[in-house]
Amino acid sequence: MTNTPTGFGRMTRKEDARFVRGRGTYVDDVRLPGTLHAAVLRSPLAHARITAIDTRAAEAHPKVRVVITGAVLADRGLAWMPTLSGDVQAVLATDKVRFQGQEVAFVIADDPYSARDALALVDVDYDPLPPVVDARTALDPDAPVIRDDREGRRDNHIFDWEAGDAAATDRVFAGAAVVVAQDVLYPRVHPAPLETCAVIADHDVVTGKLTVWATTQAPHAHRTLLATITGIPEHRIRVVSPDVGGGFGNKVPIYPAYVCAVAGSMLTGRPVKWTEDRSENLMATTFARDYHMHGEIASTVDGKILALRVRVLADHGAFNGTAQPSKYPAGFFHIVTGSYDLEAAHCSVTGVYTNKAPGGVAYACSFRVAEASFLVERLVDLLALELDVDPAELRMRNLLRPEQFPYTCSTGWEYDSGDYPRALALLLETAGYRELRAEQARRRELGEHLGIGLSFFTEAVGAGPRKHMDIVGLGMADGAELRVHPTGKAVLRISVQSQGQGHETTFAQIVAHELGIGPDDVDVVHGDTDATPFGLGTYGSRSTPVSGAAASMAARKVRERARIVASAMLEVSPDDLEWSPGRWSVRGDPTAGKSITEIAAAAHSDLDLPDGVEGQLDASCVYNPPNLTFPFGAYLCVVEVDPGTGQVVVRRFVAVDDCGVRINPSIVEGQVHGGLADGIGVALMELIAFDPDGNHLGGSFMDYLLPTAVDCPSWELAETVTPSPHHPLGAKGIGECATVGSPAAVVNAVMDALRPFGVRHADMPLTPAAVWRAIQGRPLRGDLAID
Amino acid sequence: MQVPASFQYRKATSVAHALSLLAEYGPEARVVAGGHSLLPMMKLRLAHPEALVDINDLAELAEIRVEGGALVIGALVRHAELLSSAVAGRHFPILHDAERVIADPIVRNRGTVGGSLCQADPSEDLSAVFAALRAELVVRGLDGERVVAARDFFVGPYETVLADGELLVAIRVPIRPSVSAYVKVDRRAGDWAVGAAAAVLELAGGVVAEVGIGLTALGARKFVAAEAEDHLRAGPPSGERFAEAARIAAAHCAPTADQRGPVDYKRHLAGELVARALRGAVGRAA
Repeated sequence: MTNTPTGFGRMTRKEDARFVRGRGTYVDDVRLPGTLHAAVLRSPLAHARITAIDTRAAEAHPKVRVVITGAVLADRGLAWMPTLSGDVQAVLATDKVRFQGQEVAFVIADDPYSARDALALVDVDYDPLPPVVDARTALDPDAPVIRDDREGRRDNHIFDWEAGDAAATDRVFAGAAVVVAQDVLYPRVHPAPLETCAVIADHDVVTGKLTVWATTQAPHAHRTLLATITGIPEHRIRVVSPDVGGGFGNKVPIYPAYVCAVAGSMLTGRPVKWTEDRSENLMATTFARDYHMHGEIASTVDGKILALRVRVLADHGAFNGTAQPSKYPAGFFHIVTGSYDLEAAHCSVTGVYTNKAPGGVAYACSFRVAEASFLVERLVDLLALELDVDPAELRMRNLLRPEQFPYTCSTGWEYDSGDYPRALALLLETAGYRELRAEQARRRELGEHLGIGLSFFTEAVGAGPRKHMDIVGLGMADGAELRVHPTGKAVLRISVQSQGQGHETTFAQIVAHELGIGPDDVDVVHGDTDATPFGLGTYGSRSTPVSGAAASMAARKVRERARIVASAMLEVSPDDLEWSPGRWSVRGDPTAGKSITEIAAAAHSDLDLPDGVEGQLDASCVYNPPNLTFPFGAYLCVVEVDPGTGQVVVRRFVAVDDCGVRINPSIVEGQVHGGLADGIGVALMELIAFDPDGNHLGGSFMDYLLPTAVDCPSWELAETVTPSPHHPLGAKGIGECATVGSPAAVVNAVMDALRPFGVRHADMPLTPAAVWRAIQGRPLRGDLAID
Repeated sequence: MQVPASFQYRKATSVAHALSLLAEYGPEARVVAGGHSLLPMMKLRLAHPEALVDINDLAELAEIRVEGGALVIGALVRHAELLSSAVAGRHFPILHDAERVIADPIVRNRGTVGGSLCQADPSEDLSAVFAALRAELVVRGLDGERVVAARDFFVGPYETVLADGELLVAIRVPIRPSVSAYVKVDRRAGDWAVGAAAAVLELAGGVVAEVGIGLTALGARKFVAAEAEDHLRAGPPSGERFAEAARIAAAHCAPTADQRGPVDYKRHLAGELVARALRGAVGRAA
């Protein structure tokens, strides 16, 4: 690969040079003079009343500076903070602890070793309470009430939410010849970024300015939230997010320790650094999924899918801290109709509190599209089984047709563009579907268990139109500012924050594409609220759909300003100029023209500009997307299952993705690779389970399993390109597509392999034990401790 | 940050020096070699040794050689070295079977054979392998050397017969004609075993002259399926007898439920894997 495309195309990532040399700068690499180090004391119990906290021994430790407890924070009005979903969350527990790993005290010392040592010197008396571990019991009349901090609360109910037409759906179901129903658990999993959470808070007592170095996906939102929580005026807060080692939604919220670090810096007058350890990250930070779903699908006898009816119990943990647009408490789950043309659909979601860590949107799920997509794709496979129809054929028969776009689905989404049959046909051809089925039949004769699984998904990414979508009142638009220096080199400042997605490359390519200069001539600045325009950050695959559009529009403004400058240089009317990449020239006389570099120099010079035209070329844009973008894809997975041990080996994975126009195909493919690996992890091994006392059973990477290269096949990728009609570049988001689409393909493949054993369904993760027990007809309940 | 509590650190320059350091620091001292179990436990504050005696410089413990009719594996031999040792693989292919599925290359580059045995983790692969091989463990103390049968080395989970101040220096595997295999089920490459079985067969005149069957992570006493061995000894190596041995092994082990699986599954796995290991070993005789 070379670094010479003038716009879109493959090029090596500009940021990789520093990463592969070990020259990245993460929060923990930031060393400020005089920094103190903190450690968090966490609850060993899932549910208990705190009767006393004695910090005297810890405070007597020679290297401890301050011990902060809930009482210390309460004196300053900081013991509770707002969540991203209109709830409140304890910063440090004052009354009760509500999940194992909850923050109880914050010890600040001269070095991290002493801070950690002193945790053992804080003496907390707990009066244990019965925990709510199984979400299915959370609404029982005798269930312990977790949130008795909230006035008048007598149960663990958070919300009921629904979409679609219930009566119309019931009518279609009543008249349907075939109905298939299934309980499907999408278990609690974790984003598990390689860089755990970390913060340095540096409050300057002289200027009153607070600088927060944090590993965050949304620096601007964090600044606003920190202002709201701490009362420090927003213009005196600067949030810097340096290199971020993975986010996956884990780094969207403000965590209690961040607020404690700010309080600690104000108390000590010194920078306070806190770096979370792996167990803390897995136990206490925002999880993902945890949806207990019941789905029904209705069809005619010849396999025309008619309707979908879905009920969900959503486990939100001890505080409702999900990060999603505030009008959508179940995120975008109502895209559960998937890629099919239905007469009617209805879904209802009930959120409950349990004694588990809060959070619940993260992990590349596109605001719950992951759960929705998994459910509908399992139901379609179960319907194929019921009707004894090939699952590829059943999908092809029911997919939306290209002429139906833009398509408004029965739960209200307007899909922007798509050619679904083309993607599925390409998948079947690329995979050699017919030959695979023949191989499967041959091997079944030999007693070998090959499974072939399909999934088709429609994603909804790029949140979103401000009218409909905000997080804590902040509309989901993003800004971009483009400066073109006198020598024609450009600096783009963006509001979104890369966690490894390659923004420094992709966004440089966007500007390069619009201005006809090289990507290496564009520097991309992000992650510092003092240096970048406001915006909501990177999650939900929104960077290219929203911020990419902002960058493109800003560059087009620059181009138009360049046209006026060029017209002054060439002494012709702007209307007589035409654009070719990197150059304005006189219509009909291409030799009479000026390059962007020449125009930039002139724009900064003593050139006489027309009246009313300012000098320089700089421009900015705030992009408010008119709609989400709807990427889609068709996936196929081939597995081999050993029924004697229950082991599953993924032999092949073929993925056809359509994310519209691809700015950098290598980066797109990298995002797909990562998402497919995620999908294999979720389908086969990732899980946070809890024992009956609410103890977290996945607190290390020995217990919480992430897939390795050995567990993944060599990915086989293909693509179709259906541009988004409303995005200035025709691009759609890609970040979460593969995570959304792949688990169903893996699970469908395993179920396909187990068909001779009469297995219809088993919940993820399909560990060897879970597969074997499914074959025995005694499925495991994976989200609880195995007994 | 995950940081250990404070501790003393000493680097041993010879086995004698290591033994004197262990004596100096007493029962709260621990030997550190690869450190792949001990250091994480210290960081998680599950272990709080007052002193670490580092034996990584003791080249005398890092050799694999054939001596006196036995394969001798120094306690400090890294997993990766055992995996790449031609002489070990030639005599005992089971060693390569097991090493290939122990953790991942990074762990195998550093972790040691002796460390694995002394950790006595119920899920550790080599314990069952050396028990099946009827290896002898050479232990040195200030008073001299003693030899302990692998089957007598393990007292219980994380507990061995090593006394305070003693050091495992070598593992000796008597070389007799045998076939062997190790079969493991894990949830993911590099994970600890859900269950695994080791089989070593000495065949003579169409009869099983001696047999060793080891079980990993399945609650077998001393990592061995002794009753299944008794069933096979002195009979022909037939499929039916293997199946019965597998049934006996499953019946006599006592697995516990955890996130790797319920008891019924693990018991089934014991039988399934013993049968596969026996068949795999015999398959190598051809």
